[in-house]
Amino acid sequence: MIHQEPFVRVVKRTAISKRKVMLFRLIALAGALLAGALLVALLGYDPIQMYSDMVSGALGNSLLAVNRKGVLAFSTSSQATLKIATLLLVTALGLTMAFKMRFWNIGGEGQILVGAISCSYIAIHYGEVWPQWLLLLVMFVVSCIGGGLYGLLPALFKARWGTNETLFTLMLNYIAIHFITYLQYQPTWQIPGTTFPKIRDFAASTRLPMVLGVHVGWIIALLLAVLVYLYFAKTKQGYEVSVVGESANTARYAGMNVSRIILRTMFISGAICGFAGFMQVSGADGSLTTDTASGAGFTSITVAWLSGMNPLLMIIYSIFIAILARGAGRIQTTMGIPKSAADMLIGIILFFMLGVEFFINYRLIFRAGRRGEEAKAV
Amino acid sequence: MSSEWTIFLNFINMAVLASTPLLLATLGEILTEKSGNLNLGVEGMMFMGAIASLGAAYYYEKAVLGLGGTPSPVMATLVAVAAAAAAGGLGALIYAFLVVTLRANQNVTGLTLTIFGTGFANFFGELIGKQAGGFVQVSAPTKAMFGIINFGALSDIPVLGSLLFRYNWMVYFGLVVMLAMAFFLNRSRSGLNLRAVGENPATADAAGVNVTRYKYVATITGGALCGLGGMFISMSSTACAGVWVHNSVNGYGWLAVALVIFATWNPSRAWLCGLVFGGLLVVRNYYPIPGLPMQIYAMFPYIATILVLVFASIRQIKEHAQPASCGMNYFREER
Repeated sequence: MIHQEPFVRVVKRTAISKRKVMLFRLIALAGALLAGALLVALLGYDPIQMYSDMVSGALGNSLLAVNRKGVLAFSTSSQATLKIATLLLVTALGLTMAFKMRFWNIGGEGQILVGAISCSYIAIHYGEVWPQWLLLLVMFVVSCIGGGLYGLLPALFKARWGTNETLFTLMLNYIAIHFITYLQYQPTWQIPGTTFPKIRDFAASTRLPMVLGVHVGWIIALLLAVLVYLYFAKTKQGYEVSVVGESANTARYAGMNVSRIILRTMFISGAICGFAGFMQVSGADGSLTTDTASGAGFTSITVAWLSGMNPLLMIIYSIFIAILARGAGRIQTTMGIPKSAADMLIGIILFFMLGVEFFINYRLIFRAGRRGEEAKAV
Repeated sequence: MSSEWTIFLNFINMAVLASTPLLLATLGEILTEKSGNLNLGVEGMMFMGAIASLGAAYYYEKAVLGLGGTPSPVMATLVAVAAAAAAGGLGALIYAFLVVTLRANQNVTGLTLTIFGTGFANFFGELIGKQAGGFVQVSAPTKAMFGIINFGALSDIPVLGSLLFRYNWMVYFGLVVMLAMAFFLNRSRSGLNLRAVGENPATADAAGVNVTRYKYVATITGGALCGLGGMFISMSSTACAGVWVHNSVNGYGWLAVALVIFATWNPSRAWLCGLVFGGLLVVRNYYPIPGLPMQIYAMFPYIATILVLVFASIRQIKEHAQPASCGMNYFREER
């Protein structure tokens, strides 16, 4: 009989300490960075230099410094990183609303862009007319409504007919990008007197104010992370989202209106992404282009997933991914490694993180374990 | 022949060409989903196949030239095919290992594969391009291998010649794969087993079918087909034609995932639906609609996809619908 026992058996863990989970995840992260290093080394580059260049390129020599004007501000390199992290964090918070509900919103890109388009309409047409406070207020509101409606659209069909939301939200991304291309050809959006397909830059009055050298969005993003955390931890609505995510049937038996929860949550999800678009055009870029979202809708999925949908952990992970993204630009100039290395590295990290979940949830028992050595099993 | 006819025939030619990468990827994803694995990494695997085929053909030519020989375009093509299939298969292997063996979430794993594959292709595309001194490009004879085949007199037959004999070899290859897969799924023992695995893995397992092996083989073969679809884009499409273009796959993989639903998991319908979508992708170049800006016209394939998704969900085509276990992992211990 003993010979028929498989070499290795998989057993579900009943309990695992939080410290052990953390340790497993850290090992996986280290493994992923090591795999990335190995790949780079195989291609003939120095991996240690790559990682150190990435970090120094993303953060500069010091994080905060007194600049030429004698004002305390983030260093130039870390400013760029913080801008990326802000965009990623806000988008990830928006996507998490949907993901908690098991609604696979991969249309973050499109929702960012529609939010950006909506507030750009105000910025382009009323930028020189209205006072700054009114402009920013209206831009904020329309970006949330625009992004929210763009998120609501697939939710309507999901709630009514169960239409596949993954592909629906994804197709909306392409439509939003093409719409920006269309706007680039509209004379009212171009620099007056030119026909070059480019949307003109925003007036100064439509730009978000700066704090420590970076648009105020980064502080709002931090506050938003706390808000979303409280939403899930303390409010009835947040609880309903989790229940629908676990099982729509359970939610129905408990008397929840599942359709309404899906619609409400997706509107909020899209609205937060739309707000991210507003911060990007009004805070970071000062213009609207087809690169406004620059893949943040996808990268943020990574941030949300890596942090296990925990809004506070998302702060750390968005900075981590932003360092990779920004640092990749540096290694392109210093070492000639294409900056797409960041995307590949993010993919590898996620692969490892997905893989390690198995070892967190299950343990392996090898055949030798029969001889009273089960404690040795992983 | 009147000029309207010429425009129409050109349109059909371009539609068929544009449909071929979609067809290959759709067939790959149908095979994958028949095993119960919903692999959203099609876009990533197409990217991997696209750069691998181009890079392999380029390095093969470089190696032969380095030895003082003349690279054979046929060999270069074979190398490209092998590399595209291997790269797509490799992406699918990573996916299969994570979801079948390590039981990871299928949705997230597929999305990750897309992020990874896109980064992988752009990274190596730029890296090889830098080493090649600007951009990666294969030689003219190899490019010709992926161009339109010269059928001689056949192509000159009025209408029929233009309709049937003005394509590259991959168009015909796509047809062969479609027929082979239709036969495999509906007429062969292994095809029946595979469908059983996708519909109800526990039952298949009890009947003695090796569920794990079927899932791995189907997913990897499907990935290889997606890789070949990617090869079409980097080697044959008019936008690239043997030169690496940043972000070249640009959504084709996602259209293929949608086409699987449109085609109701049926290979021969995939061919028909692929043609319709190929037409949608190129129609704006042949039939401009007065007053409709090009940029809005370019949204049509995506709008059509959404309409198809909505239509499919309203009609709830049960009989041909998705394999029942698709998207869920099978744990024998938790049966």
